[in-house]
Amino acid sequence: MKQKPSYPFWFCLLIVALLVALLINLSLGSVSIPFKQTLTIIFGGIPDKESWRYIIMDYRVPKALTAILIGGGLAVSGALMQTLFRNPLAGPFVLGISSGASLGAASLLMGSGLLAGYTTVQLTNDFSLAIAASIGSFLVLLVVMIVANRVRDTMALLIIGLMFGSITAALVSVLAYFSNAEELQRFIFWSFGAVGGLSWNQLGILGILVFIGFALSIASAKNLNAFLLGENYAKSLGVSIKKSRYAIIIATGLLAGGITAFAGPIAFIGLAVPHLTRQVFHTMEHKVLIPAVFLYGAVLMLLCDTVAQLPTSANVLPINAITSLVGAPVVIWLLIRKRKLFF
Amino acid sequence: MEERKHIIKVANLAVGYGSKPICSSINFSLEKGAFCAIIGANGIGKSTLLRTLAKLQERLDGTIFLDSLEQKVHSPNSLSKTLSVVLTEPIVTKNLSVKDLVALGRQPFTNWLGQFTPEDISVIQRSLETFDLATLAERKCFELSDGQLQRALVARAMAQDTPIILLDEPTTHLDLYHKVQIFTLLKQLAHQHQKTIVFTTHEIDLAIQLCDNIVILDGKTNPFASPCQLIEKGCFDTLFPKEIVKFDAKTGTFKVNE
Repeated sequence: MKQKPSYPFWFCLLIVALLVALLINLSLGSVSIPFKQTLTIIFGGIPDKESWRYIIMDYRVPKALTAILIGGGLAVSGALMQTLFRNPLAGPFVLGISSGASLGAASLLMGSGLLAGYTTVQLTNDFSLAIAASIGSFLVLLVVMIVANRVRDTMALLIIGLMFGSITAALVSVLAYFSNAEELQRFIFWSFGAVGGLSWNQLGILGILVFIGFALSIASAKNLNAFLLGENYAKSLGVSIKKSRYAIIIATGLLAGGITAFAGPIAFIGLAVPHLTRQVFHTMEHKVLIPAVFLYGAVLMLLCDTVAQLPTSANVLPINAITSLVGAPVVIWLLIRKRKLFF
Repeated sequence: MEERKHIIKVANLAVGYGSKPICSSINFSLEKGAFCAIIGANGIGKSTLLRTLAKLQERLDGTIFLDSLEQKVHSPNSLSKTLSVVLTEPIVTKNLSVKDLVALGRQPFTNWLGQFTPEDISVIQRSLETFDLATLAERKCFELSDGQLQRALVARAMAQDTPIILLDEPTTHLDLYHKVQIFTLLKQLAHQHQKTIVFTTHEIDLAIQLCDNIVILDGKTNPFASPCQLIEKGCFDTLFPKEIVKFDAKTGTFKVNE
């Protein structure tokens, strides 16, 4: 009681960090636009060159918003999985949900080899790719949950998740073997991850998916808190285990599945950000943790994207490589410093 | 009137896993404020009985009345306001502060967002104080000793503010001093706050000294009475093989048979 939590302070700091990261992200890119001009454009002024306005409003702003949704959404789904599976190493990627999404995407992008007669190219519009990836991730998540009911042991579950990753990877390589170069290339580019290139329409769909997933997570916050004690304790507190579990699965499916569908499998944000957030917010209260994790994830993703963009050069690095380069050392550093990953 | 006084009433209960009962024909009833131990040899079904009472597993036969309502009729929420538990399984995360752990006991009473009312906060504070945890409130559970953690878990059950508290072996891993401390605190809680407290234990000597009632699970008649009555009836004599340990009725303790 003596020590008042400083959450409001940290929330303000995170929001400021988000705004700063957003401005940096918007002002840097392959075409150098003076910072003042960037501000002028954002606030609706008239820039020196009309093309700058086009670059900022139709390319950089949607890209930055996508990065915010992806970073925040993946981080929240990672936090959900860590609590649900009682495992600090859980995350959308580790338990095969992203591999499920990639199987879904691969079946759509390269499935023509198997479904002779259909031209998949016609099928692949904004919606079908998102739906295919979502279905893929959702199916894998369901299977993992069914198995989770049977084994209960978290280590076994982690291994099962990894095995599902291997199985889907194998299926994807079978699909890849039977597909032509153009389809293969499309899939490989999808798997590199991409934050840019979403139209405002696609961004809208992604926004809705992330919003629903986020709202479901907040609605599950109370039950997630009870899960921190274990299922039997949760049950004794009046929590309906099955119902809340499904709510959490659906939230994760929407967040991780939807994001992977639009941006490809993006590594480590979901695993690392919840741990990073807990370094600052010394609480396990999900009502506080979920928004904080979202903001932290968004900031980190914006920064990763800024780096991937290789300012002033025309090249763009695969975002997936950058998040891994940032995320993996963070997890190692946390382990060395804390010796144990609590969640 | 007689019916209402009994907050727990168990008749003809059979507990076990699957279809095979490991212990059957269990009968006992407890009044408000009773402090009761369940004792018996390993594997006889003490924890199973406790978990069955808490509806963490299904019963195989018989009836359980909790607060004059059949356990089956209780909704999950009303059950969570009727009984709270302290289990042997470790809590999943020890990264919780003691205060947050105790506060989780208020879950059945809070709204969908889990917001605390001033009443919730005062109950949490009282639970912390009762178990001498006020100075440890901001500590994380992994920083606590076994005795402190056990106290925190019991305080959490107290914060749930249920008329019945069930505890599964609340004193394992504790030294004698902390065993007695936990038992004394529990007894106070039962008598001063009128909670009905049922716990399983292997500390038969302490149970005989402290409890109002004892259920002995022997797999046959499962006697239930006050410790003195049970000693008079010689119920403890047959609890373990006589050639190894003998019960001394005068002191109420077990002696190694040499």
